[in-house]
Amino acid sequence: MLEAIQSALSFLPDGLVTLLIILLKIFALLLPLLGAVAYLTLAERKVIGYIQIRIGPNRVGPRGLLQPIADAVKLMFKETILPTNANLFLFILAPILTIGPAMAAWAVVPFDDGLVIADIDASLLYILAMTSLGVYGIIIAGWASNSKYAFLGALRSAAQIVSYEIAMGFALVGVLLAAGSLNLGEIVMAQQGSVIQWFMWPLLPLFLIYFISGLAETNRAPFDVAEGESEIVAGFHVEYSAMTFSVFFLAEYANIILISLLTAAMFMGGWLSPFEGILPESMLTGGGLGLLLGSGIHWLLLKTAFFMFLFLWIRATYPRYRYDQIMRLGWKVFIPITIVWLMVVAAMVVGNVGPWFD
Amino acid sequence: MKTISNYIKSLFLIELMKGLILTGRYFFKRKITVQYPEEKTPMSPRFRGLHAQRRYANGEERCIACKLCEAVCPALAITIDMEEREDGSRRTTRYDIDLTKCIYCGFCEESCPVDAIVETRHFEYYGDVREDLYMTKEKLLAHGDKFEKQIAADRAADAKYR
Repeated sequence: MLEAIQSALSFLPDGLVTLLIILLKIFALLLPLLGAVAYLTLAERKVIGYIQIRIGPNRVGPRGLLQPIADAVKLMFKETILPTNANLFLFILAPILTIGPAMAAWAVVPFDDGLVIADIDASLLYILAMTSLGVYGIIIAGWASNSKYAFLGALRSAAQIVSYEIAMGFALVGVLLAAGSLNLGEIVMAQQGSVIQWFMWPLLPLFLIYFISGLAETNRAPFDVAEGESEIVAGFHVEYSAMTFSVFFLAEYANIILISLLTAAMFMGGWLSPFEGILPESMLTGGGLGLLLGSGIHWLLLKTAFFMFLFLWIRATYPRYRYDQIMRLGWKVFIPITIVWLMVVAAMVVGNVGPWFD
Repeated sequence: MKTISNYIKSLFLIELMKGLILTGRYFFKRKITVQYPEEKTPMSPRFRGLHAQRRYANGEERCIACKLCEAVCPALAITIDMEEREDGSRRTTRYDIDLTKCIYCGFCEESCPVDAIVETRHFEYYGDVREDLYMTKEKLLAHGDKFEKQIAADRAADAKYR
């Protein structure tokens, strides 16, 4: 399909065609992503409602399916309030700084073999950089609002993200050790073979720590002290309204999807089919049933959906951590465990321990 | 020993898993939400909603202007003026209930010796302006006429407990 577009545009200069195709790819990724973000908010309300034996939104459209659209329209038409004493430049800049990295990180995410916008060698490093850049948006938002609640929220969020970044980074080092590559596509391909080959088994502690750190990175319950509505109203985004607020919201949910997808890709074999090595090869290839059972983007999306559901499930289950408990968990529990397990993984790799590293 | 088992429990997330399983079970439970405008919860005959003034079967209003309700009203929401009618009976010339003051305690209904002032099951009403929530004698009587059947049935159902 890309070649067809390329040839259709051949009357234009080469550079422009490349640019247009890149833009096209970006749109093809971001539009479904934003749709997914919108519907994740609905899914969140529905899932939490169901867990609390409620129904959740069901008034707008059939079974409430148009609720996100109604919400979006509402947010668009509301007034953006700019506090008088806020630093206007930084105040407007903060949401942009939050959503920019949240969207940019998707550039290196592989959805299938070769189905990726930028197939760069150090994509793991790039993801780590992008997801931690988001914290600047939060800090600037808290500072520019000139409100004590926003400021406290920003401080908490900064401290929390910095401490969990380390545990997360170490968990990624474990993946890197096991796969021998920083490229996400190659990491997924290194898990080929069968379900046993998935990195969640040799890296089980790192897998759990990565996911829990992901909860903390995205400021989700039970690590949402940065918002902590019972203590500091809404934390860093108290002063934000309408679209500026919804941009923060979009970034948060885009990050949730990203973390879910990365967990699926790095620990659960990404787009690889779980039936590999169980069913005969002939059933996994070819058309019809083979298309469904064989490896493909649908497995990645299914695994991502599972982790997204876990995010919501966890939010509906646990109460918020106290601030010092969060720090204790991050520094005194996660970091030692990851370091110990890194050594175990390294030893397993050197010793060619089967069935993963032989 | 206990410390060790606690460490192991928290390290393997056992307690957290238990919590997740519990909420997971609730996820599949039957939902108890009542879809309000379409579905309604059952209502007692003693329900205390909007007030009404009743009449006897012959059309004569019940209220004899004894002012017991005015005296018992804890929110001072009731105002009554009284005069002798041409036939020599005591009747109200003014009977106002300020719904913005009323706390729906039902004392007026309990104190009434002739069952004139009652609270009905009707609770879905609103006012665009404050005056809409200021019930005059005419409004109360009209409301009573409209729902007399229901009111009489509710009193009859509750009569043996009084």
